[in-house]
Amino acid sequence: MKIWIAFWNILKKDIKNYYLKPPNISWGIIFPLSWTLMQIIRSSGGMNLSDIRELLPGLMAMSVLFGTTSMLAVTITFERKGRSFDRLLLAPIPLSAMVAAKLSGAVLFGLFNAFVPVLFAAFFVSLPGINWGTLLLAVFLIAVTSALLGLTIAVSAKEVFEAQTFSNFFRFPMLFLCGLFFPISSLPVFLRPLSYILPLTYGTDLLGRAILGTGMLPSALCILILLAFAAVLFAFCHHNIRRKWIL
Amino acid sequence: MSTMDIVTVTNLSKRYGDFTAVNGVSFSIHRGEIFGLLGPNGAGKTTTINMMIGLARPSGGSVVINGIDAVKNVKKAQSVMGIVPDESNLYDEMDGFDNLCFCGALYGMQRAAREKRARELLEQFDLTKAGKRPFKAYSKGMRRKLTIAAAIIHMPEILFLDEPTTGIDVESARQIRQLLLELKQRGTTIFITTHYIEEAERICDRIAFIVDGNIVASGSVPQLMESVSHGHAIRLAADKDLEPIAGKLQEHFENCIVKTGTDHTVTLVSQEPIALSPVLQYLDSLGISVFEAREIRPSLEEVFVRVTGIEASKLRKEKEKGGRAK
Repeated sequence: MKIWIAFWNILKKDIKNYYLKPPNISWGIIFPLSWTLMQIIRSSGGMNLSDIRELLPGLMAMSVLFGTTSMLAVTITFERKGRSFDRLLLAPIPLSAMVAAKLSGAVLFGLFNAFVPVLFAAFFVSLPGINWGTLLLAVFLIAVTSALLGLTIAVSAKEVFEAQTFSNFFRFPMLFLCGLFFPISSLPVFLRPLSYILPLTYGTDLLGRAILGTGMLPSALCILILLAFAAVLFAFCHHNIRRKWIL
Repeated sequence: MSTMDIVTVTNLSKRYGDFTAVNGVSFSIHRGEIFGLLGPNGAGKTTTINMMIGLARPSGGSVVINGIDAVKNVKKAQSVMGIVPDESNLYDEMDGFDNLCFCGALYGMQRAAREKRARELLEQFDLTKAGKRPFKAYSKGMRRKLTIAAAIIHMPEILFLDEPTTGIDVESARQIRQLLLELKQRGTTIFITTHYIEEAERICDRIAFIVDGNIVASGSVPQLMESVSHGHAIRLAADKDLEPIAGKLQEHFENCIVKTGTDHTVTLVSQEPIALSPVLQYLDSLGISVFEAREIRPSLEEVFVRVTGIEASKLRKEKEKGGRAK
């Protein structure tokens, strides 16, 4: 019960202090919206509007990735620098519960980000036949792995600008490597192994299955791989926090 | 560990590569006392406190707090601690009341209990009017007071404070010292690190001097003073110049060393305790009235200088630096 009170209040504090701030809400809406609009404008010049549906897995995956990684990396680095993060390290709750609470805020922000393109696309195309259960699970797992990637960055960064730079260093290549907007099969052969070591590849594939009904791998395998990535990244972050922040 | 000890630190050490920050320090803190760790910057005070509260892993030794092994079972030990770091580290965007409630929640306090306690603390710390202002709008002294309030919201058994009055104004520092004494009266054990000798002397029941990662002396303030005292001394202030009768005084009190001053004062120094009434009677017989008599003891500053070999001026410079920096 005591752990739950602490968990809930860390989550609530993060949502109130960071995620519900106007600049972040506008980022959460404008960024996915502008990418969606860009694709719609592009489609009216040659593509059918119905092709928007095909772009939806990539747009959603990208929105979650950008929302969660940067937010968690920046907020934790910010709290570390102001030393308010020490307050969390000194609280009598397990480190894993505290990390989970910090991740939860970013995951919720990621979920919010993911559904902006869906809502916007719904104005232009009909979206029948979507497996919403799989879609929600896919978005959740992408959000969790991306947030953990953000946490990995936060553990390495000392300054907020470093966290932002590291985030972009990882995120932009992932846009091209993870099959968001063009298939992995069209990548040069030497780059393809990189695609398969990135969790976003499996998240996008799972989203494709949920929205389009097609994908490279079976849904169950993608889910298992994403869960494995989440477990490994969580353990890695937990270990690194203990090693680097409890000196 | 005696039953009266709430903290026992044994052979605690911390090494960073070849550098030894803390070198096997041992001490204990009695329940209900204010214990001070006094030393210059870089002496190992913050490293010691960080190992005790779980922000640093010891390279060796043990810390037992309230019967809990604070190295192996750090989270359980943290539940009985309140911690005030050397910088006020609450959340700038949140107001004072919300900051206190959030800190209460971290210790698992239910909403009604933490809100009630937060209101009490704001009142106790004279911050009620500022309770709804964001923390970033607080003055340094107010920030410090709210940080202390946040550390005691869950009513800890022991309160750790790292340099609590560094860099804040004189009035706020005085208020904080008063608050610490009140907390002690209510039964809270307090561990404080400081490089302010006067502060340690004023509020601490027992003190340990730490230099270069080693504890070089420890004890109550009178014990520490006794350790460097070489006898007893009293100083008398009279209504007349005592210089002309210095010889007579020396003859009459041959077991004492008599030193007269230019300001109608005389100091008597002896290895034995000096009885005051014979001195007063003798001076009265000479037609001299004494209007002040006091025992002269070495100050804690003198003790610190003698024990550590560090000039007090060095600590004062650090104090000034600290004041400017924060």
